[in-house]
Amino acid sequence: MICQGNGFIKKFNVQGRNFSHAGIVSTKIKEILEEIGIAPAIIRRAAIASYEAEMNIVMYADHAEVILCLSLSAINITFKDKGQGINNIELAMQEGYSTATDEMREMGFGAGLGLPNIKRNADKLDISSSPGKGTTLDVTFYLNGKK
Amino acid sequence: MTLKQIVEKLNLVILSADKNLEDKVSFGYSSDLLSDVIANSKEKELWITLQIHLNIVAVAKLKELSGIILVNNRKPDEETLKKAEEENIPILSTQDSAFVISGKLYALLDTKK
Ligand SMILES: Nc1ncnc2c1ncn2[C@@H]1O[C@H](COP(=O)(O)OP(=O)(O)OP(=O)(O)O)[C@@H](O)[C@H]1O
Ligand SMILES: [Mg+2]
Repeated sequence: MICQGNGFIKKFNVQGRNFSHAGIVSTKIKEILEEIGIAPAIIRRAAIASYEAEMNIVMYADHAEVILCLSLSAINITFKDKGQGINNIELAMQEGYSTATDEMREMGFGAGLGLPNIKRNADKLDISSSPGKGTTLDVTFYLNGKK
Repeated sequence: MTLKQIVEKLNLVILSADKNLEDKVSFGYSSDLLSDVIANSKEKELWITLQIHLNIVAVAKLKELSGIILVNNRKPDEETLKKAEEENIPILSTQDSAFVISGKLYALLDTKK
């Protein structure tokens, strides 16, 4: 989605392959939404989706740009990463599918539930990916009802 | 039942946020998979796990859990404890295994629910 002209826009960078920095951007997004006064139930969903997307960047990408865009009717967050990309998006969306390494699994990642969690919490999710280049997730939450 | 009462009854060792034990605990959730906790735990639940790295604090915060019990006497990383203090997330520790402490907590909470 293209951020509409009169919306609020904020950009962040996420450093890939660095587990200890994980969660920083999703925490910031949550704080911004709280400050603006978005309904707690929507914030909760947006925070969960952001955290899972950020974790995937940390695990599978080199770096990413995150764009938070707020309009009167919706929150839209785009996660655009440079990294290994996803070969088969349909497969990656399945619960339990994971290519996490042993090291990641030891830390409790790799349940294969991150993308399904994002889908369940968002009102709209678009994924596009070029294997070897990177992945873009576009997540939308509507502010007036729905879900 | 408050977290403080649970700490006393189950002999848990408090490792962080010892001023944040007054909240009522709704129930427990036992899992070592972070995305599973994100998907299935509920607000104010007490999380039982063997994971000790930084991200457990982020998950507990995200899901507004009442605290984390580390099993088998596992010691968290220093940065995990620092972060838990900052975010005011109680981390507790027990010598019990996940199975045993889950059973004890279930017995405590189920009757008083
Ligand atoms: N940004 C990304 N870049 C490249 N591959 C990705 C990306 N996000 C997800 N994937 C791929 O999709 C798979 C499924 O992702 P998902 O988040 O559902 O599970 P996971 O990250 O493996 O485990 P969990 O999220 O439960 O800890 C991953 O294992 C990985 O192969
Ligand atoms: Mg994931």
